[in-house]
Amino acid sequence: MSIIDWFAKKEKNISSAERLNIPGDVWVKCTSCSEILFQKDLDSHCKVCSKCGFHFRISPAERIRYIFDHESFVEYDSNVGPVDFLGFFDTESYSDRIRKAQQKFDRNDAIVSGVGSIGSVPVNASIMDFFYMGGSMGSVVGEKITRTIERSIDDLKPVVVFTSSGGARMQEGIMSLMQMAKTSAALERLAEKRVPYISVLCDPTTGGTSASFAILGDVNIAEPGALISFAGPRVIEQTIRQKLPKGFQRAEFLLKHGMVDMVVDRRQLRETLQTLLQALNPHGVLAK
Amino acid sequence: MKLLPFEKPLAELYDKIEQLRKLSEEGNIDLSGEILKIEQRAEKLRLEIYKNLNPSQIVQIARHPNRPDSGSLIRLIFDTFIELHGDRLFADDPAIVGGVGTLGAARVVIVGHQKGHDTKENIFRNFGMPNPDGYRKALRLMQMAERFRMPIITFIDTPGAYPGLEAEERGQAEAIARNLREMAGFSVPIISFVIGEGGSGGALGIGVANKLYMLENAVYSVISPEGCASILFRDAKKADVAANAMKITAPEIVKLGVADGIIPEPLGGGHHDWKAVAFEIERAITSDLDIFKSKAESEIKQQRYDKFRKMGVFVS
Ligand SMILES: [Zn+2]
Repeated sequence: MSIIDWFAKKEKNISSAERLNIPGDVWVKCTSCSEILFQKDLDSHCKVCSKCGFHFRISPAERIRYIFDHESFVEYDSNVGPVDFLGFFDTESYSDRIRKAQQKFDRNDAIVSGVGSIGSVPVNASIMDFFYMGGSMGSVVGEKITRTIERSIDDLKPVVVFTSSGGARMQEGIMSLMQMAKTSAALERLAEKRVPYISVLCDPTTGGTSASFAILGDVNIAEPGALISFAGPRVIEQTIRQKLPKGFQRAEFLLKHGMVDMVVDRRQLRETLQTLLQALNPHGVLAK
Repeated sequence: MKLLPFEKPLAELYDKIEQLRKLSEEGNIDLSGEILKIEQRAEKLRLEIYKNLNPSQIVQIARHPNRPDSGSLIRLIFDTFIELHGDRLFADDPAIVGGVGTLGAARVVIVGHQKGHDTKENIFRNFGMPNPDGYRKALRLMQMAERFRMPIITFIDTPGAYPGLEAEERGQAEAIARNLREMAGFSVPIISFVIGEGGSGGALGIGVANKLYMLENAVYSVISPEGCASILFRDAKKADVAANAMKITAPEIVKLGVADGIIPEPLGGGHHDWKAVAFEIERAITSDLDIFKSKAESEIKQQRYDKFRKMGVFVS
């Protein structure tokens, strides 16, 4: 490639948005294919790129808007908040990290729980937020997942959990690890009550989150391209000292290896969930 | 026996004593006064070092190559033991041992992570890092325990579940998660001992117990100190700082309500006297089995559920 070609290519790569100097809240560039997408269009496609199908990571608010029946979602347990009980300090104190995240997101922790309906089927649900401290699972995430499951043990509504989490929250030490056992124990009780649990694994679902409630769904659904793993790809590469195959630990890889039931495009997710919930629900708890 | 870095000053004194002894024998001189003085100094130093271990020194003891391993402890503790193999699905994972045994009148199922004491053994045992097959073997044996109403004893000693390509393909996350859920549902008592390293989900995968004990110099953590240091401190060399920050030692794990008690070790660590360690563990097992004997199945299950349900610190 000549230097002139290189400049020409570089010129071409400058997005139309950048060239037109249009603010980013109107346009956004696809992370995967670089297509310039109109925010409003992207939103109407559940934040999936209309050109290449790339699934953007989304917030719990967006998740609720795309999946649940209009204005059906009522939040629970929003008052449950984290505590820096170890006095943990790495490059900054955990207290400061909590305070900053709470200010930025106007929410206590990396999860939203509540009750809502999907295609008129009422469910108890929890939605994790990767943007909030990497969606890490500490005491609050574990407690809120457990309470969601316990509500279903009481009212027999199905449980739907949307995971997006880098794993256990190191700043809460061993207590984060124990949340894996706590949530899994609650799921054991839920199964005894014959209440269905659908886990929707979104990008990324790794570490302690994947090795507990995320993978224990009666039905596991993964979003396309989602990274789902126990050990992270970098750790594995360091251990086995070889490059990992393309697509390793992605949703489609897990489908092939029998770890998830299906990979569902977010634009069809609501309908899939509705059909599944109606088929699975032995207690026939339907909206009035 | 391998000396740990912080034991070096002590080793130097022992060397000196040895030299003086030789000298006194060869030269036929009486050096007993000098020897005694140094011996007293060494004893004082020994107490000083071992009574004030910091978390990263305790990590070194927990990982000592001569630390008593699951298999050896099992054979020292139980009257009989028959090892059973395989998950009936794919393989027999040497990183986890398990089988049936007896202790007095009690019939039990025993499962433990298995490390080696030298390179050859460690390669065979994969350094105590199980693949999914190991967790599935453990589950198969524990389900058998539930069927035949046998208490379950587990020994935890792993750096973590193996982070390998095939481990991921075969569902490492699923294997661990399933064990967590199934162990929560058993109506036979589960007693667990962290005998060395309790590394993350790989440890918890056989650790959802009614009673959990930490050996005095064992550690239990959500991630290895090295892993935590490289992620949070962005410097793997800060493992000692991370070990301190995460609160991973026996007294701290008890204080947080995650473990129920501490099993004492000989001064300097369990590697100095395996039998003493086995004796203390046996005592704890015997006394707990006695208590659980009078409990109803539903009560045993409920107690375990309540124990984990309470875990977590938050405001609301
Ligand atoms: Zn795209």
